[in-house]
Amino acid sequence: MSAIVVDNLSKSFGAVKALDSVSFEVERGELFGLIGPDGAGKTTLFRLLTTLLNPDEGGAVVDGYDIVKDYLSIRSRVGYMPGRFSLYPDLTVEENLDFFAALFGVTVEESYDLVAPIYSHIEPFRTRRAGKLSGGMKQKLALSCALIHRPSVLFLDEPTTGVDAVSRSEFWDMLAGLKERGITILVSTPYMDEASRCDRIALCNEGRILGVDTPQGIVERFDSPLYAVSADNMFALLESSRKVEGVEECYPFGEAHHLVANEKFDLERYKTQLSDIENLNIVPTKPTIEDMFIKLMKR
Amino acid sequence: MRTFIVLLQKELLQIRRNSFLPKLILVFPIMVMLVIPLFTTMDVRNVNVVVVDFDRSTASRRIVSHIEASEYLSLMGVTSEYGVAMKQLEQGKADVVVQVPNHFERDMAISDADKISITANAVNATKGSMGTQYIVQTIARTLQELQGERNPRQMSELVTVQNRFNPTLNYRHYMIPALMIILFILVCGFLPALSIVGEKESGTIEQINVTPVGRMTFTLSKLLPYWVIGLFVLTVAMIVAWLVYGLTPAGSIGLIYLGAALFILTISGFSLTIANFSETMQQTMFVMFFFIMIFMLMSGLLTPIDSMPDWAQKFTIILPPRYFVEILRSVYLKGTTFVELWTNYLALGIFAIIFNLLAAITYKKQA
Repeated sequence: MSAIVVDNLSKSFGAVKALDSVSFEVERGELFGLIGPDGAGKTTLFRLLTTLLNPDEGGAVVDGYDIVKDYLSIRSRVGYMPGRFSLYPDLTVEENLDFFAALFGVTVEESYDLVAPIYSHIEPFRTRRAGKLSGGMKQKLALSCALIHRPSVLFLDEPTTGVDAVSRSEFWDMLAGLKERGITILVSTPYMDEASRCDRIALCNEGRILGVDTPQGIVERFDSPLYAVSADNMFALLESSRKVEGVEECYPFGEAHHLVANEKFDLERYKTQLSDIENLNIVPTKPTIEDMFIKLMKR
Repeated sequence: MRTFIVLLQKELLQIRRNSFLPKLILVFPIMVMLVIPLFTTMDVRNVNVVVVDFDRSTASRRIVSHIEASEYLSLMGVTSEYGVAMKQLEQGKADVVVQVPNHFERDMAISDADKISITANAVNATKGSMGTQYIVQTIARTLQELQGERNPRQMSELVTVQNRFNPTLNYRHYMIPALMIILFILVCGFLPALSIVGEKESGTIEQINVTPVGRMTFTLSKLLPYWVIGLFVLTVAMIVAWLVYGLTPAGSIGLIYLGAALFILTISGFSLTIANFSETMQQTMFVMFFFIMIFMLMSGLLTPIDSMPDWAQKFTIILPPRYFVEILRSVYLKGTTFVELWTNYLALGIFAIIFNLLAAITYKKQA
């Protein structure tokens, strides 16, 4: 059976609906990504699944246990790494690890083989206070602490936020390693480029899930012609492109603008209409997850 | 059990690592016990007196010289104009004006003679009333003297005063137990609350909450270190009281520690409850301050409960420090035994149970 089953889960904070009837399933041993901007309800979902919050409606099952009824069993079975560094800054690296191991009734030695690929990076600094570590090292320590009791499901809330590009890629390699050991991983990130490292992803926005698929599947669902356009005056280009008939959307995307066309779009007509814009360059391009996200969001 | 020991070790480690806390725990009680008794005193001294002498007789001069000689009163001047004296009172240079009427000495024996009038600045009510009393006493003594000189056989003391348990009426002896309690409230009331809310602010409590650690275990691990610290602070305070002020408990030390233990339980349970309801240290501080104000002013720490209005006296029944104040003062100064105080111990015990249950119930692992 699935490692995580979320069924119509809803949670409101006052008038704000943080989660609105969310449902999805995560297979055992899967690396599942929740992709969405800030305020999409990712953290609320994590807090519900780690039994820190109770749902208003709906329910969820983690590793076969209900998040409301069997919350105690879940706590000894899952590892949680909150978005904000929340280990004891006044304890050393080693003390933090020992402390969390002891809380779960295990020793560091018992789980050393599991945490070693991660912990070995920070072991040279084991007598340093956790508060004095760099961002990337804090993240590795937090992951080690979340893994110390050999959880079957790992919840990582925006683990790569505020970490440099090299450490981010290194971190995803570590997650891939953990996946090989059979651990189910639910990870959230606001970075679309990290989505391709997941087995499957859920695109979420404003408390709702817009779509669940493999990164490849998500991209393939993009069924409109997509162009990358650029010119000297990028701002004027954006303004004028949006007025052309047949242009569904035009939005800044890295160095170029992405232009989503519909069936009324005619390339030649577009070029003539924008002839007063210098150095106009338009080429077809492949959609990315971000394009899909923008499309789903507009719908 | 092992989890509890681990949590406790972590707590102690954090206290030790803290750059400020260990110093606070050691220096704070010593400072409070050394410095505060030196200047907190309800004795009224240096009452400035102006005498308006219309009589200019032996009697009035005798009154003036007695005022001058008193260690509580200081004579600002003698004048024959009432207006001058009143001006000084208005300007705050004088606290009390004594007016001796004309022919006072001559008419002393006549019952409807002009009386000596005393006018006091009562902005500071204590100083006004105490100052007036000192002057009444001084004048009465002078008159008694004068009468005695005229008719020596009449001289006899009609009243004798004896102050039991604090024979020299030393206000410090009254204050020192109160200071010990204030120390307790600050150390055992504030610190555990701040420690919990600190974990909330830094997010570490979140990480603890996803572990199987029970809320009782966690709460207890927060309290125990501060109980020990509280008893340590009491011991330091008692040693300072003995070495510096020569004040040792007249009753049993065991009774003091028993009361202290119950009171620590109460106050730390109370502070944990507040911590559970606050999100930031700032909130905790303000709410604690609010209650500490009530505790300090209404528990008989500084002013006696007996002189409060009736409804306020009834209200003090729900203030836990009230019982400990009574225990500490009567054991320290009177040597009272458990038999007379058991209701106070019982009350503290009940409060300890109530507040700690409340703390455990309101500590949420889930929202």
